[in-house]
Amino acid sequence: MSTPTTTATAQSAAQVNRHKADWRGWKFMWPFAAVFAFVFIIPIAYAIYISFFQQRLIGGNVFVGVDNYTRLFQDQQFWTAVGRVALFTVVQVPIMLFLAAALALAIDSMKLHGTKFFRIATFLPYAVPAVVSTLIWGFAYGAKYGLVGSFNSFFGTNFDAFAPSVLLASIGNIVTWEFTGYNMLIFYSSLSTIPHSLYEAASIDGASEWDIVKSIKLPELRGSLAITVIFSIIGSFQLFNEPSILQNMVPGNAITTNYTPNMYAYNLSFSGNQSNYAAAMAIVMAVITMVIAYAVQLRSMKDQMK
Amino acid sequence: MTEKTMSASMTAAEKERAAKKAEKLRQKRVAADEKAERKRSAKAGFANVNNPRRSLTLTILSAIFAVYCLFPFAYLLINSTKTQADFSSTFGLGPGHSFAFFDNVAKVFTYNDGIFTRWLLNTLLYVVVGAGGATLLAIMGGYALAKFRFPGRKAVFAIIIGSISVPGIALAVPQFLLFAKLGLTNTPWAMLIPSLISPFGLYLMWIFSEQSVPTELLEAARVDGASEWHTFWKISLPLLSPGIVTTALFTIVATWNNYFLPMIMIKDSDWYPLTIGLNQWKSQAATAGGIPIQNLVITGSLITIIPLVIAFLCLQRYWQSGLAAGAVKE
Repeated sequence: MSTPTTTATAQSAAQVNRHKADWRGWKFMWPFAAVFAFVFIIPIAYAIYISFFQQRLIGGNVFVGVDNYTRLFQDQQFWTAVGRVALFTVVQVPIMLFLAAALALAIDSMKLHGTKFFRIATFLPYAVPAVVSTLIWGFAYGAKYGLVGSFNSFFGTNFDAFAPSVLLASIGNIVTWEFTGYNMLIFYSSLSTIPHSLYEAASIDGASEWDIVKSIKLPELRGSLAITVIFSIIGSFQLFNEPSILQNMVPGNAITTNYTPNMYAYNLSFSGNQSNYAAAMAIVMAVITMVIAYAVQLRSMKDQMK
Repeated sequence: MTEKTMSASMTAAEKERAAKKAEKLRQKRVAADEKAERKRSAKAGFANVNNPRRSLTLTILSAIFAVYCLFPFAYLLINSTKTQADFSSTFGLGPGHSFAFFDNVAKVFTYNDGIFTRWLLNTLLYVVVGAGGATLLAIMGGYALAKFRFPGRKAVFAIIIGSISVPGIALAVPQFLLFAKLGLTNTPWAMLIPSLISPFGLYLMWIFSEQSVPTELLEAARVDGASEWHTFWKISLPLLSPGIVTTALFTIVATWNNYFLPMIMIKDSDWYPLTIGLNQWKSQAATAGGIPIQNLVITGSLITIIPLVIAFLCLQRYWQSGLAAGAVKE
């Protein structure tokens, strides 16, 4: 691993006392890099490769060029699913991040009775597996013997959390429950790095609490907002666990096998035996997600690279 | 100052009285200062760090949210005390007709020849080897990214950041096909190997290494002739410990809670982790002739989350400081 090369580039020469390429870092980097190549890079390359083939009854595995992709662009079911997760993202992510930021500001303001309690209580849902949180909410949503059922019989209402029109919002509620605390903690962590002397100085200059929030705290949050937005967008475009676990708790067929792009691809490859088409779908989804995430704010993460 | 010059001509008693008086005056001044400070901060609506004024309205608003966050835990606790019959007939947040908690726990561990115990042990295996390995790889990788300028460093960074946005399914399908070809599906390896990679952990450890391991210290160790490996274990690791706890917690949660990966990789229920097992129990009610065992699902869920909740509560100090350090760069 430590084969020193003699190529002294201008860049490495500029670094202190380094006239040769410094390979020592690879001593520590290679285990991660090797496993990463095995579980990320090779499978992705493989997916790209098989997306150009089709499994046919006659002729077996044949090269079909971009056929899978043209089929995908005309696949109404796929685009419906994409539209669904896009709608989910546009509505759920802002609500969740707003709640998380508000909560982080409240906890950081030192104005709460029991700050410590709120910090841990609101974060705790993060420790719960998606399976368990979906199970609990799924039971609670139940119209027959769930909490929604009790609510309805008490108030004489007829609310149905599993009605097709409400279903996406019900899933959104589960996701919000799971991840608001996590995002709150990221916001809170960045707020807690602001030196207190800055607040004191501001207050002596006559700044009100709102001035401080507006001029000191919100700008500080902008940095961590990049990370939370990217992770949330990626997460909601990949929506899979919650709807697939809810699938057989919801009466009827409200959650179809192609409810989200991920569920569609999963069902195509594992029940439908259409791995090639599913691979093409996965790649298109990856590209869509990356473009959106990049467009939103990935650049600001890159700025950290010195 | 004047008191000091005068003190030479004073008796001991007078000295004492003067000191008391001075102390009283000082306290009065401090009190007046504090009062002025409070008045000023009240005007500005500003909560002083050392002298916070708490707000009831804000507390109540936050409390509403805390109730939202905690009520599913309460739901789980309450319903784990109910029998199957009570679960489907009594109010969700009220007590059942009988207290069946211990009975449920016993049933969870004995149902179906104690398969739950097997799932619990599987999960522990995946967490110890998978999350433990992921943490170690993340520490080493993050350390390398932070402390060495090696060729290909920028490429490593770009590839890893890029790969975070690749949807799980884009990986899962080809991962499955690749692992199937190698004969690894349906074995613990299919769960363990992908668990070894945590891009978020790497990111955290990178930032953490940059902040808490001074380069001068490493240089000094090198001058003394210590090997890179020795320096890493003896000098850097101890400095990194809060970051390591944070990374470990997050990889443990990711592995413990993983649902998607085992679902595609493992078909043999003997190798299920808890998450898949619980989902199978839940689905049992939906199959034809299946006996609903929601009481076991609920109690099993409770048992599944308890270790993580305890870990988070006990290690609060570490992961909070670890995350705070991670946030500095953001």
